[in-house]
Amino acid sequence: MSAVTEPAAAPPKRADRPDSIRLLLNNKMAAGGFIILVLMVLVALIAPLLPLADPNATAPANRLLRPMSEGHLLGTDALGRDILSRIIWGLRVSLAVGISATLISAFFGSLIGLTAGYVGGRTDTIMMRGIDMVMAFPYILLALAIVAVLGPGLINALYAIAIVNIPFFARNIRGVTLGLSRREFVDSARMSGKSHTRILFTEILPNVMPVIVITMSTTVGWMILETAGLSFLGLGAQPPQADLGSMLGDGRRVLFNAPHVAIVPGIVIFLLVMSINLFGDGVRDVLDPRLKSGALTRPVARTAVERPPGEPMPAADDNAVLDVKGLKTEFHLGRTVHKAVGGVDLKLGQTECLGIVGESGSGKSVTAMSIMGLVPTPPGRITGGAIRLKGEDLLAASDARIRQLRGGAVSHVFQDPLATLHPLFTVGHQIMEAVRTHQPVGHAEARKKARDLLELVRIPNPEQRLDSYPHELSGGMRQRVSIAMALANDAELLIADEPTTALDVTVQAQILVLMNKLRHEKQASILFITHDFGVVSALCDRIAVMYAGRIVETGPTEQILADPAHPYTRKLIDCVPVLGEPERRLDAIQGLPPSVADLPSGCAFAPRCPRAQEPCLAGDVALEPIAEGRAARCLFPLAGERGNA
Amino acid sequence: MTAYIAKRLLALIPVLFGLTLIVFLIMALIPGDPARAILGAYATPENLERLNRQLGLDRSMPEQYLIWLGNLLQGDLGRSYSLNRPVIDEVMERFSATLILAGTALVICSVLGLLAGIISAVRQFGWTDRIVTFFVLIGISTPSFFLGLLLILLFAVQLRWFPASGMYAIYGGGDLPDLIRHLVLPSLTLAAVATGVIARLTRTAMLEVLRQDYIRTARAKGLTERKVIYRHAFKAALVSVIPVIGIQAGFVLGGAVYIETVFQWPGIGAMLVNAISTRDILLVQGGVLVVAASYVLFNLAADVVQSILDPRLRR
Repeated sequence: MSAVTEPAAAPPKRADRPDSIRLLLNNKMAAGGFIILVLMVLVALIAPLLPLADPNATAPANRLLRPMSEGHLLGTDALGRDILSRIIWGLRVSLAVGISATLISAFFGSLIGLTAGYVGGRTDTIMMRGIDMVMAFPYILLALAIVAVLGPGLINALYAIAIVNIPFFARNIRGVTLGLSRREFVDSARMSGKSHTRILFTEILPNVMPVIVITMSTTVGWMILETAGLSFLGLGAQPPQADLGSMLGDGRRVLFNAPHVAIVPGIVIFLLVMSINLFGDGVRDVLDPRLKSGALTRPVARTAVERPPGEPMPAADDNAVLDVKGLKTEFHLGRTVHKAVGGVDLKLGQTECLGIVGESGSGKSVTAMSIMGLVPTPPGRITGGAIRLKGEDLLAASDARIRQLRGGAVSHVFQDPLATLHPLFTVGHQIMEAVRTHQPVGHAEARKKARDLLELVRIPNPEQRLDSYPHELSGGMRQRVSIAMALANDAELLIADEPTTALDVTVQAQILVLMNKLRHEKQASILFITHDFGVVSALCDRIAVMYAGRIVETGPTEQILADPAHPYTRKLIDCVPVLGEPERRLDAIQGLPPSVADLPSGCAFAPRCPRAQEPCLAGDVALEPIAEGRAARCLFPLAGERGNA
Repeated sequence: MTAYIAKRLLALIPVLFGLTLIVFLIMALIPGDPARAILGAYATPENLERLNRQLGLDRSMPEQYLIWLGNLLQGDLGRSYSLNRPVIDEVMERFSATLILAGTALVICSVLGLLAGIISAVRQFGWTDRIVTFFVLIGISTPSFFLGLLLILLFAVQLRWFPASGMYAIYGGGDLPDLIRHLVLPSLTLAAVATGVIARLTRTAMLEVLRQDYIRTARAKGLTERKVIYRHAFKAALVSVIPVIGIQAGFVLGGAVYIETVFQWPGIGAMLVNAISTRDILLVQGGVLVVAASYVLFNLAADVVQSILDPRLRR
């Protein structure tokens, strides 16, 4: 049995090199950039070996030849010099200058950043003030000032560009170092008596390295561009020495009669910088996956519905406000499919309050959000079942109809009111918006209604509070505002997704009392999602317990609380702390809920269940009625044997 | 709000002092005899002597700085030897031309960048998004001085739609339509890179915001998708894009150096390039100082706009 009770350990994560490079090459754009870059660097490296004309040999007779001329593939410039040869030699210079500048900047910038971040205190303040001062300059301008002092010339341009980029490195690296130097492994290194220098270079530097590499990969393109720019202005490379920028500058003088002299070096700079940018973006995506573009997909307005064609529609239930049958909602992440909701039936009558209870990840919130199509797509989609609101099939309704119902007949209260209220609009604005979306009222009337709503949810000084921003209110007040917003249009169904979880206990109780009162005053039905049995008992008529995307037990609140049938329900109830019963077991349920991407074949709870037996693992367990109005998904339900499970 | 602006203005003073200190230090690091560097190779011994006394070069560094700062506060940036006129006059005249160019470019890159970013985010992975992403990549990879040359070749030489250089027509002109005709190509060129950067960041910011809980709340209220995107999401995204626009002001002001050279725009950038070539150090000093100070003010404006949008920042 031990093999079953132990949750399967995740395979050890390895972030080794070959993987990163493969990841990088999987990104087509980055791979393309990389190939162009490698080709250019190769050509620049082997330039002395190539059968090229002397880049500095002038031939006045052959001046300004067009590209594809005999002996001069890319033509000649104003002095009759071969452009192809000059481009390749110029590329060599530009690459060398750009990369040197990057290395210099990275070295000094990292040194400053590491020191400031590690030492902290006044050293940090003074160094960063200095960096801020330098960054207060537009940086090309600073480079110009430095060139003005040092005098025009390629090496001076290199120094100038390197110096003005130091602050970028210093800032980025200081931030990371600051975070790292407060971590445990650094403390323990200090305890073990390592010197500060050693800690910096053996403990911190290896961890900061990715940031240095990212900053280098994102700045090297700029540095090449800016040194080319200085040369273009005549402040960098001086004749006869030439880099791509000075060649472009030369070409500008003959732009009107021989544009190719300028266009060829321009295109080469463009290709070089573009390939570096593409490659740099790829490196950043691999080393800093949070920024990966693919991770940021935009959820659309309504959850996609993909019911298999020809699936018979479950029969409707006439007298229910909300009737959910066989609901399936999945998340497609890469190639894995997470069956967050795997066939859920719910029924909610007039003014009834149904509690959905379960651990996080049980699918309770996804079930609730599926009703009005608020599950984000991508990655979520509804793949089966039916949702009816007073007999109307919501999954088949038009977008316009859904919009009309959202905030109208069906309203929502979400968990964390600081995150769910818009931080940049006053609460009055947000409530009025809810009112005016569904009612044809003017500004003044909407404001009056908003005021009344705040009064209804017992917010003191409602008139002044209308002009407050969410961050100016306490957590309890914010949640009252959310509730007021949900009541703006006399909803028939209120879907509350852990509305009290973020609040402290006394405020929790007030909110629950408020919701209960409003339910009876406004004749609304409530679907209440929570992980907390204590909260359920205060408000709900009936309970549905969810585990791994399915309902495992359902029935009237008192009966389930007094006499749970499913071992999981029992465990959940045992988790609720009770005052004056210190010996009560507060140990959480052993193990973790199964991943809904890979559900076991039998009962999903079996691996954690003390009563599990062979048949539990054999096949699907059905939700069977066990008494009037009660059902449980268990082969060996508990029957009044409280206390010795 | 007024209190916030007053506070920010006060905080500006040390930054501006810092700028003067850095500009002073850079110029103080000139190798060799500063008076000769300032006056050039052909300066007479009397002039050298006078300038040395004027700059107080026989005194200590802090004293020199204070003297220089005192002169600066009285609007005295010294005299340009190559133009033989007060630096402040030349700089201010040139700066107004730069401000017209850079200001126009800043408006163009903000409007185009924000629009492209929003559209690209809303139509994520669609054709519009791909086209925008493609142009953004081209935009941020093309050296602005090269783009300027290409635009001159296409629109001034081939199509003859716009003039290739100058701020006004040499003969006649000088009115607003003439200015606008001369402004089109340089301001577009100057805006190109910044447009790309802003578009990219707006796209990311929009995608980030559209995943927030308060957007779900807006949808749960039954708002139309247009309101969700253009009112709720855009306002929040704008808060994180505004500082970036402030930073882009620096790149636009700095990039003016190239663009003014390419289009022979009579601004401060072109002036600086000439001044460096002629080693007119005081002129460089004055030009750098004025542009840097204006950049600080642009950033202040960005901060103020940001705090107007986001009440949480008004502390």
